[in-house]
Amino acid sequence: MRLAICAGPATTGKTAVLRHVARKLLSLGHKVAFLKIDVQYAEEDEQLAAELGIPTRKVYSGELCPDHCSVMVLGDALAWAAAAGADVLLVETAGLCLRCAPYVDGGLGLIVMEATSGMNLPLKVGPMLSLADLAVVTKIDRVSQAEREVFRARIGEVAPRVKVREVNALHGIGIDPIVEEVLAAPLAFEGMQLRGNPPVGTCTICVGKKDIGWQSHFGVVRPLDNQTFYRGE
Amino acid sequence: MIERITVTTGHGRNGEADGMERLELRMGDVVSIVGPTGSGKTTLINDIELFADGDTPSGRRVLIDGARPPAEYRHDPARHPIALITQHTTFLSDLPVGLFLSTHAKIRCTVASGAVDLVEESLAFANQLTGEPIEAHSRMTELSGGQTRALLIADAAIICSTPIVLLDEVENAGIHRTRAIELLRRYRKIFIFVTHDPRIALLSDYRVVMKNGRITAVLHTDEAERIFAVKVSRLDDAMSDLRDRLRHGMRLDGTELRGLA
Ligand SMILES: Nc1ncnc2c1ncn2[C@@H]1O[C@H](COP(=O)(O)OP(=O)(O)OP(=O)(O)O)[C@@H](O)[C@H]1O
Ligand SMILES: Nc1nc2c(ncn2[C@@H]2O[C@H](COP(=O)(O)OP(=O)(O)O)[C@@H](O)[C@H]2O)c(=O)[nH]1
Ligand SMILES: [Mg+2]
Ligand SMILES: [Mg+2]
Ligand SMILES: [Zn+2]
Repeated sequence: MRLAICAGPATTGKTAVLRHVARKLLSLGHKVAFLKIDVQYAEEDEQLAAELGIPTRKVYSGELCPDHCSVMVLGDALAWAAAAGADVLLVETAGLCLRCAPYVDGGLGLIVMEATSGMNLPLKVGPMLSLADLAVVTKIDRVSQAEREVFRARIGEVAPRVKVREVNALHGIGIDPIVEEVLAAPLAFEGMQLRGNPPVGTCTICVGKKDIGWQSHFGVVRPLDNQTFYRGE
Repeated sequence: MIERITVTTGHGRNGEADGMERLELRMGDVVSIVGPTGSGKTTLINDIELFADGDTPSGRRVLIDGARPPAEYRHDPARHPIALITQHTTFLSDLPVGLFLSTHAKIRCTVASGAVDLVEESLAFANQLTGEPIEAHSRMTELSGGQTRALLIADAAIICSTPIVLLDEVENAGIHRTRAIELLRRYRKIFIFVTHDPRIALLSDYRVVMKNGRITAVLHTDEAERIFAVKVSRLDDAMSDLRDRLRHGMRLDGTELRGLA
């Protein structure tokens, strides 16, 4: 099974990119399945099923970090996609947790960023960018060529290893090179691992304690003036 | 050195094919693209800048010196031979002008030491085209529409310094466009102007006419038009003069138009 996991901030164009990628893959004779992971609301699965007639699903991560949720469900999702007759699984995550990245060591990890966002976005998205294989820059139709080039350079400063591809996802311009990367990536395999090291430790806020101030909490805590430390047993 | 660009036949919005075998642009050509609003002018120059390969809505392909351009042209800005001055009149980049230009200069310029000079040179160029000067410490997002266009033109001419320059409606946004064209034409390049302006169109060697997303004709500027161009320029200078007086709070009394009759 081929696998592409697509992360990125909300409304950057993840669905718009995957829609064109799926369409191109279908035209090349591949069978595509689509999974959307979101925190509380998503309708991409219905849209893409209706437009492209492909098997789609969604899961709501609810209490879990969406990236953690994708780790939990990915095994099942690959089995589901295979049972549905697909040879490529496209996963769109919400990408809200900027400490984690959902990419695994099989398949392609791609982050979608919009050229219209501030020049500091590449500095803010952490492992979601640095652990990706490919950074897709959308909305190039909305900015000047000079801004596109400077935005690309900002990505290169943070993540020199990550390939950058620019697209206009509204008109599907620049999609072919992304499809080539999806098809060139290593296949998904039994026993895949998450890339990089997820941040360790939870805190009492994670389990629902709402008091303000670190003095009320245990586990990994953080005062304003000091670094994070561990409080408790 | 690039000698020519070829645009192969694509189609318009309703699928009707472009009305030419192929469009050949040669080094040193000055070309205009004309047509009603929404006729696909911007789309055509975007096809060129992106080296379309049948993967854009028009289905056109772009060749450089008769062959598919190498992938690095698209993926490495230092090697991209085209500078595109888009129709945008606002920047979305939240950087100070100086930092933006020096970052761009580092990408485009292979000799890193030259980057500082390029920034100053670009600002000086841009400030010849605007009314109120642009300062290195201003934020890009604060610039006016005219300042934005002036900076884009300066950036293309000095920092990009490419053999091919595409300009989308330079006449808009109140910059000194005659001065811009004069400054630009000192360099030997392929210039493609998207324009609604008769003066710019008549300055060109030929013009590509568009309608409903397709190329309908290529008109070479003929002898009669070249002679007429002198009159058009005079008329245009008189209009610029009027605009300038208006900008500087003066009264208009018609004396500006005297030499025209
Ligand atoms: N060959 C084509 N096939 C399909 N759609 C096209 C084609 N050419 C242009 N379009 C679409 O038509 C719309 C208008 O085109 P474009 O922006 O290029 O017009 P324009 O001539 O630059 O207009 P303006 O003078 O207002 O700047 C765009 O949405 C574009 O995607
Ligand atoms: N102009 C432009 N709009 C885009 C582009 N890509 C996406 N959009 C628009 O941005 C909005 C959000 O896109 P969507 O794919 O839903 O983002 P997601 O939340 O990351 O999945 C939609 O209105 C898209 O049409 C692009 O390249 N250019
Ligand atoms: Mg989406
Ligand atoms: Mg236009
Ligand atoms: Zn997380």
